Amino acid sequence: MHIKRLIATGAVALAAGLLSAPVQAQESIKIGWSISKTGPFAAGASVTTLPNYQVWVKEVNDAGGIMLKSLNKKMKLEVVEYDDRSNSEEMIKAVERLAEQDKVDIILPPWSTGLNLAAAPVFHRLGYPQLAVTANTNRAVEMSQRWPGLSFWLGLPSELVDGLVDTLTKLQKEGKIGSKIALISVSDQFGIEQSTAAREGLKKAGFDIVYDKSYPFGTQDMQPVLKEAQAASPDSLIAFSYPPDTFGITDTAKVIGFNPKVFFVGVGTAFPAFKGKYAAGAEGVMGIGGSNGNLPGVKWYIQRHKEIIGREPDRWASPVTYASLQVLQQAIERVGKIDRPAIIKEISTGEFDTIIGKIKLVDGQNKNIWAVGQWQGGEFMGVAPLAKDGAVAPIVPKPSWQ
Amino acid sequence: MTLALDILLSGLILGGMYALTALGLTLQYGVARIMNLSYGEFLIAAAFFAYWTFVGLSMSPLIGLIVVVPLAFVLNWAIYQVLLTPLVRRAKNRDMLEVDSILATFGLLFVVQGVMLVIFGGQYHTYSYLSIPVNIAGVTLSLNRLLAFAVAVTIGLIAYLALKHTRTGTAIRAVAVNPESAQLSAIDVQAAAAFAFALGGALVAAGGVLVSMFLTFSAAMGVTFTMKALIVVIMGGVGNMMGALSAGLLLGVVETSVARLGDPGLTLAATFALFLIVLLVRPTGLFGRYTR
Repeated sequence: MHIKRLIATGAVALAAGLLSAPVQAQESIKIGWSISKTGPFAAGASVTTLPNYQVWVKEVNDAGGIMLKSLNKKMKLEVVEYDDRSNSEEMIKAVERLAEQDKVDIILPPWSTGLNLAAAPVFHRLGYPQLAVTANTNRAVEMSQRWPGLSFWLGLPSELVDGLVDTLTKLQKEGKIGSKIALISVSDQFGIEQSTAAREGLKKAGFDIVYDKSYPFGTQDMQPVLKEAQAASPDSLIAFSYPPDTFGITDTAKVIGFNPKVFFVGVGTAFPAFKGKYAAGAEGVMGIGGSNGNLPGVKWYIQRHKEIIGREPDRWASPVTYASLQVLQQAIERVGKIDRPAIIKEISTGEFDTIIGKIKLVDGQNKNIWAVGQWQGGEFMGVAPLAKDGAVAPIVPKPSWQ
Repeated sequence: MTLALDILLSGLILGGMYALTALGLTLQYGVARIMNLSYGEFLIAAAFFAYWTFVGLSMSPLIGLIVVVPLAFVLNWAIYQVLLTPLVRRAKNRDMLEVDSILATFGLLFVVQGVMLVIFGGQYHTYSYLSIPVNIAGVTLSLNRLLAFAVAVTIGLIAYLALKHTRTGTAIRAVAVNPESAQLSAIDVQAAAAFAFALGGALVAAGGVLVSMFLTFSAAMGVTFTMKALIVVIMGGVGNMMGALSAGLLLGVVETSVARLGDPGLTLAATFALFLIVLLVRPTGLFGRYTR
């Protein structure tokens, strides 16, 4: 009995010893992500986030990989992908799986403010940098302080609204528009936060909000809202909307002949589908975001995205997403090895050259942002912040619908 | 009273869209007794077909409509024969069939959605067709929505007349009311149910093509349509085409009235409140009747 047990114990110990043998030398850099491939967030993630991850991985691997000085060789990227089905519990499980089971070196963030904020404590606990591009919240600075690995890249909602209010104030001073504004927003965190900030800013700047309503997400007929807005004879329409309603609002405005001097719609205006649907009719439509279409980096990026993915990228968050990945890559190269705390520090303090120009994070926030863009001559050009390098003058009044 | 007229007409047009996207489900649920959870996915699939016709082939989506309706009929007939007939055969009663069909069509939902995701990707798709203003009695409406409304009403009327005055229509009504007794009257219940299911699929395909002309859609949006169609179907009385049409129109008018006269934020609350009230007053729906 004793001998049998001894042999058994010995066998187990031997097996354990063999299994816990030292890990093989690293052959590639493992990148993981949990992205919404199905569910309500799939539409947004498929435009702004997933294609950029794919373009970046391809670009890096085509160039031979990322150079790790400590090992003195270039390492290609190996991808582990999970579908979080637009569900925050699934996303958290996937992120934990990526860290603990797949043992990836870097985790790229999910799509949307909601999912990124839910993921933040987990990313922090696991020690991964979180370049939360598609997260937009006024509590960003506070959150970056709480979770140092978390960074925000599109600006605060207040900065986006400030850009819009500044644009309108300047136009009013120039006598191009009057003071009447119709403000509509989608009843979702994004719409509510933006419209709350806008209401305050516009009133302070002396504007008169003649129609102020919010509508449920998924509203399939924007006619009632727009006809009421039209009846108030505003000089400007500001709509903090999401892609389906952004298109619906533009469509309906065209049909009912509602053409205020400033026509501003929300997320989705920067999508290539917007230009695709309206063609010349998109001219003069303002929207959230923007990009400097004249930068050679942006031009190259649009072309490359089209080659690899088969369609053009959106003109707001897509270039920024790609730029954030360039920052990540440069940070890894500067640190020289997969040392996540060092990479986090480099991302927060370093200065980087990207397709959208120089990026240096301040308190975890990217300051190279666009707040307002306008379709001009087939490109969604950045209009505000007004003093930003590359900002173009807005075309006001908006040309008539075509 | 132009505001009232404006609200009435725009509301009817919106309601026409709701009715159009629900007519197929009332046939599938009411006659074939299949609670088709993948209903919305077929609507989206037809929308993608129209998108491809317009954007890919540069042809009018109405041509796509002519192609997709018989195609959808055949496809849904095949689905009924292959996937659902075994369930029908082994179901001992209506409730069992409902549960089984929910589970089976739930799986079918993911299959169809997965295929669309692979082919088209998850992003939003949209195009503009017949987005032309039309002036009716001083009210401006969009031609594509008006077309959807016209098709919904036409289908509703044709269905009503066919069900009332033709032999096949009466057979279908008999199957909807009581399949066991219908069988005793030498009605081929299986064939009638398969026909109703297939016809429901053809109708939803027509709906999908028409609404794709003005709505923005993505591969994952099918569930929203299934839910809305279910509300219309239950409110109108399961199995009753005129009921679905009336319920849809009523919902459209109520939603538009609340959005214009009250607050657009209350539209969801109003439509569900209407739903509740109708069911409290008439539990089987506006035109429904108790069935065995």
